Amino acid sequence: MMREASIRGDFPALAQSVHGKPLVYLDNAATTQKPLAVLDAMQRYYLQDNANVHRAAHTLAARATEAMESARSKVAALLNAGASDLIVFTRGTTESINLIASGIEHQLRSGDRILVTALEHHSNFVPWQQCALRSGAKVDVVRVTPEGEIDHDDFAAKLFPETRIVAFAHVSNALGTIHPVNELVSTIRSRCGARIVIDGAQAILHLPVDVRALDIDFYAFSSHKMFGPTGMGVLYGRREALDSLRPSQYGGEMIEHVTMEASTFNVLPFRFEAGTPNIAGAVGLGAAVDYLSSIPRDALLLQEEKLIGQAIAALTAMNGIRLVGRPKERLSVVSFLVEGASAHDVGTLLDQQGIAVRTGHQCTMPLMQSLGISGTVRASFSLYNDTTDVERFVQAMHKTLTFL
Amino acid sequence: MAGFALTPPPATLEEIRDAFSFFEGWEDKYRFLIDLGKSLTDLPEEFKAEANLVRGCQSQVWLVSHFEPLSGRLEFGLDSDAHIVRGLVAIVLAAYQNRLPAEIVAFDIEGLFAELDLLPHLSASRGNGLRAMVNKVVALARNHL
Repeated sequence: MMREASIRGDFPALAQSVHGKPLVYLDNAATTQKPLAVLDAMQRYYLQDNANVHRAAHTLAARATEAMESARSKVAALLNAGASDLIVFTRGTTESINLIASGIEHQLRSGDRILVTALEHHSNFVPWQQCALRSGAKVDVVRVTPEGEIDHDDFAAKLFPETRIVAFAHVSNALGTIHPVNELVSTIRSRCGARIVIDGAQAILHLPVDVRALDIDFYAFSSHKMFGPTGMGVLYGRREALDSLRPSQYGGEMIEHVTMEASTFNVLPFRFEAGTPNIAGAVGLGAAVDYLSSIPRDALLLQEEKLIGQAIAALTAMNGIRLVGRPKERLSVVSFLVEGASAHDVGTLLDQQGIAVRTGHQCTMPLMQSLGISGTVRASFSLYNDTTDVERFVQAMHKTLTFL
Repeated sequence: MAGFALTPPPATLEEIRDAFSFFEGWEDKYRFLIDLGKSLTDLPEEFKAEANLVRGCQSQVWLVSHFEPLSGRLEFGLDSDAHIVRGLVAIVLAAYQNRLPAEIVAFDIEGLFAELDLLPHLSASRGNGLRAMVNKVVALARNHL
């Protein structure tokens, strides 16, 4: 048998016990643990280079600026963006999507439509709902099949000439469904001139993302779901799409020239980065990108796929377990319910056994409403999980069922 | 008279303390909590309305209350959609059901949960609705002091 590749040792937080049991961390879709390389890079930045960026002649300021801008170039390369000024740094996916929704609002008028899916995380749902309420546009919501996939016929039927924005996730956070972005994009392009917004939060660590090949307008993701720090995120935009957005935050850094009466705004991406940015966060994100390219990512992804398969097979064999969603293309996530118990009961009993999972509506209340449930238990895997994690999880599930 | 039936506490504080003193590990404790939760009388569906919901991110708690002017006591109907939370609710009920507002305000609920080694469940960060429920009960009691 081939020995499993392991990067576990790079993640100090994984080597701990919870309630006296070795931690099995299966809440990776919420956030991933951080490798030492990222933590070191951030500490080094604060120990040696800390200064404000883009605005001083001294050496530390130059180093800080260089550190931040090199992180931007790394992200641009990761996404094959073609130019690093198309990478806007934000606080996370949520802020990235809000930045688009606020920035595009002035282009919408009553009668325009926005298409989202019932599978979206609240962060790719509520900004559009609120944008529509403010602008008079209408939100259409694509139905989800019982398997947890986008209903393609419904998707196509809800694309109108008036559809100005189509926003959907690359991968569903609640069910792990991988959406066929290429296919959906060509359907959209054949029917209307809508801007296409992809929430890449769950995809970025697990799938190669080429934003130009995907032919989309915006791609948003968070650093903390790809081994980087929290409070840091990315918005990629096609140049013309980014240019068409109005800034929603004003202040330092984002301006070009200010008089008593008026201001002109800076070039991309700084126009959307008002105030002192999260420099250490950018450094950490850059280190996370470097870390990703230093590990055998393809082999680890295959291993992760194998683990999720094992977990699904084991759950399927257990009495009283109902899997939620059976998408054909799935990534790193399995959502389920225990008959006669709430997700919270399962999560609490697993926690007592050292297993960290997520329970509840998974920030997808419209999806849960579509499926007629109030929440799920979600186990989500990452590149550092191994067979022992699956074995411990399965064992703990067997024990949990004896309680309920 | 309350428009709902009071949820009877399935065990007294003394019985709960007594049971906990025999537990040898987490398994005993959680089996007890789940059994306690299962023995809690259901709140009738009509009271499990949006307006009575104490929101938690992971589980939900319903709370209805009535101040009985004759006895000067507060009466509660409580329920949750999770067995373990129902068990915790049963403990809270043992402390609060049909008490005088002054007794409720004076009762050291943190002390009780700490003594039973259940304090983390009372933390707002658990998102199980229990903390919000306790806060609401105490606020009601203060209003009737």
